[in-house]
Amino acid sequence: MPLTTATVDALAAIVGPERLLTQAEDLIPYSFDGTAALKQRPDAVVFPRRTAEVAECVRLAGTAGVPIVTRGSGTGLSGGSVPTAGSMVLCLVQMNAILDLDPRNLTLRAQPGAVTQRIDEAAARHGLFYPPDPGSMRISTIGGNVAENSGGLRGLKYGVTRDYVMGLEVVLPGGEIARFGNQCVKDVAGYSLKDLFVGSEGTLGIITEVLLKLVPRPAARRTMLALYDRIEDAAATVSAIVAAHIIPCTLEFLDRVTAICVEDYAHVGLPTDCEAVLLMETDGHPAVVADEAAQMEALARQHGARDVRSARDEAEALQLAAARRNAFSALARKRPTTILEDVTVPRSELATMVRFIADTAVSFNLQIGTFGHMGDGNLHPTFLADERDAGEMHRVHDALEAIVTRTLELGGTITGEHGVGLAKKPWLRQQMGDASLELMRQIKRTLDPRGLLNPGKIFD
Amino acid sequence: MRTTLKTIDYAVLQQCMHCGMCLPTCPTYDATGRERNSPRGRISLMRAIADGDLEVTTTFADEMSYCLGCLACQTACPAGVNYAVLFETARSDIQAANVDTSAKRRFWRALTLRFLFMRPSALHAAGRLLRLYQATGLEALARRTGLTRLLPPDLRRLEPQAPAVAARFSAALVAAHERPAGPVRARVALLTGCIQDLVFPDINRDTADVLLANGCEVDTPRDQPCCGSLHAHNGEIDMARTLARRLIDLIPPESYDAIVSNAGGCGSHLRHYGSLLADDPAYAVRARLWDQKLRDIQEWLVDLGCRQPAAAPFDAPTSVTYHESCHLVHGQKISRQPRTLLRLLPGVTLSELPESSWCCGSAGIYTLTQPDQAEKLLKRKVGHIATTGAEIVATANPGCHLQIARGLNDAAAGVRVMHPVSLLAAAYRRETTTCAAASRPGSSSSPPP
Repeated sequence: MPLTTATVDALAAIVGPERLLTQAEDLIPYSFDGTAALKQRPDAVVFPRRTAEVAECVRLAGTAGVPIVTRGSGTGLSGGSVPTAGSMVLCLVQMNAILDLDPRNLTLRAQPGAVTQRIDEAAARHGLFYPPDPGSMRISTIGGNVAENSGGLRGLKYGVTRDYVMGLEVVLPGGEIARFGNQCVKDVAGYSLKDLFVGSEGTLGIITEVLLKLVPRPAARRTMLALYDRIEDAAATVSAIVAAHIIPCTLEFLDRVTAICVEDYAHVGLPTDCEAVLLMETDGHPAVVADEAAQMEALARQHGARDVRSARDEAEALQLAAARRNAFSALARKRPTTILEDVTVPRSELATMVRFIADTAVSFNLQIGTFGHMGDGNLHPTFLADERDAGEMHRVHDALEAIVTRTLELGGTITGEHGVGLAKKPWLRQQMGDASLELMRQIKRTLDPRGLLNPGKIFD
Repeated sequence: MRTTLKTIDYAVLQQCMHCGMCLPTCPTYDATGRERNSPRGRISLMRAIADGDLEVTTTFADEMSYCLGCLACQTACPAGVNYAVLFETARSDIQAANVDTSAKRRFWRALTLRFLFMRPSALHAAGRLLRLYQATGLEALARRTGLTRLLPPDLRRLEPQAPAVAARFSAALVAAHERPAGPVRARVALLTGCIQDLVFPDINRDTADVLLANGCEVDTPRDQPCCGSLHAHNGEIDMARTLARRLIDLIPPESYDAIVSNAGGCGSHLRHYGSLLADDPAYAVRARLWDQKLRDIQEWLVDLGCRQPAAAPFDAPTSVTYHESCHLVHGQKISRQPRTLLRLLPGVTLSELPESSWCCGSAGIYTLTQPDQAEKLLKRKVGHIATTGAEIVATANPGCHLQIARGLNDAAAGVRVMHPVSLLAAAYRRETTTCAAASRPGSSSSPPP
């Protein structure tokens, strides 16, 4: 059912007509996020500026029975912010203020539309650090990061977004404004409800403010590239580093296809003639960094690295990491449709999984570029295909089934950092089992009995 | 056959996987925070048109007029989307659909694209007329007496912005054929441009001098037509093709080692004659050869191994900052070379400009069609320039040159705009006090203010 004129007028009264979009040319660009091949035009887009406006929009949607899809910059990779039919998009990019940075408590308070990189830049001005660095950090919003529990290149040592969320302000499906958490390092009062909303993908409430933990900025950093002729050797190096009780900040893996595409885009001197590249980074106290870098280099060489190179300076290190963050999009150079997966396995199973993906590509006659966060077991096999070729898309689907099944057999998860959204929904039951899935449904029904918040995401 | 959004290779549209990496680099998305004003938003509208889900509407025309065409998105795009082609195809569809209802935009398009920039003689005549107005004191009189208030609002606002036309154009300053003093290393043709020719003919003289100082024999054919950049950029593909053919006829690519352009905006278009004339059997092959020979002057000098001047361009040590013309950095991916040249200059320190590759708002005829947004971008640029403390802004595109000079003038910043090549030319001229170059017609070494 399309939005009625009365509802549109009421929305305009809440946010002002200049913050409401209803024209086709304005809505089409809000039909998608960063996920391939998913598209649905919403009926309206609103840009609230305050929590109170969000709450009013939610109440109005409740009265009118209109589904709400919350959105930031629309860079999600599982279709979490792709609109549903007849929905209104609540776009929070105008609520983008960094409200407060408390250097005594090492916390930062921000509105949900604040861009991730701005948050780290604000922290850096105080010698502090906000580590989670999803690939899209230059434009992704913190609200979206929290809602999807985004990861990034530094997950291995620093964890993911959840590990930095100390508190949240959330507009609940009934329009109530609730606050969870505080600046206390320890807090065991009641259920940890903030954790319910981290990674809830906009299905339980709308995050309108976040309180984040910051850590001291590391004093030193070393970035290295190890080059391999065999993928398994790269995986073995990662296992050896972890077994040597070194937790580097980053251990990123790129296969040959990915390295070629990234180099084609970024021109940062990535080798394109080897089967695997490991981007290794250690940070912290200068003495520790020097020691760990030497050990990592030695381990890489012992495990078959053809060459190990160090970044000349900070600028080159930053360039390499930035180039790696664009790996997914750079793969789109090869074929028209890029389907990105996010399977994650226990680190001990990495070599098995990487080999399985390579074999799958061969047996299904598909092109797959694989990259990922090898240090934390999070891989991104990316299918390079063309959505206009039905036969190929069918093979992609079958190959995906095979990869997911193998991932779960190895004790892994269907999504390490992108969320379930629409893209991973078909496999959630397979991973979670009936009881867990039913419990999630009960929670959803309890909080949002009418199912108006981001309906059809995570599960039906 | 005109390529339309419906007939264009669909893979070009599909190339955009809407990851959003372009968003932080787009000046219009930055201004509004709305997806429609972003590269991926615009591409989604184009794709909707290709899919038959949307007509070419007036709103779409407004949107594509709002796009600067700065191509910052193309540099940012990891997926390698060819936005330039999509942009020109969209504007061409808009022209064909006749949906651009803005009378103002129609007027400026007709005057500039269809009339002035199709005919070198008309452009020169208009330039002389404007020069007459500016130089005879008529301008001052009109302003003093308030006569300019009788102009329509658009013209009234623009009247003080009109560039100061030079007394003599390039043909009077650069001979049709000039030879270096020493041995000839290469034979090049010099493109004099349109705005460059009328307003900055000295830059053409400077370009010739720098080429001569680096052993290049320089041909500068007379009566060069416009390269067609403005036309292609504004959806007039057929006119752009006509102009490209004329230029190839005038400057046969097989006769030169390089065809040199000193204007970023022109160069970006000039290097794509191959695809522009791909379907023209009489020109396709030569157009591809043309693309291979086409060089930005700074790229050419660095490739050639530019000789370091033995003298500084000015008496006093000078601080210079560099603004990147969009179509030089994003359109032609030339970013390192101008800095390399500036670092060659004795007595000059280069201080980096924050957001050096962010559009200044000039963008072809954008100052005419989208004055408000153009003004915002100019203010932002001038603000950054002020933070560098530089005495000179080097930039290599006449549109940027005029726009930034006006912005600096309005801000009374006392900072001057120069082409990097002019700085080089000034340095070469000062190498010997009785330098031969200094006696050449029209050349001058102007000290900093």
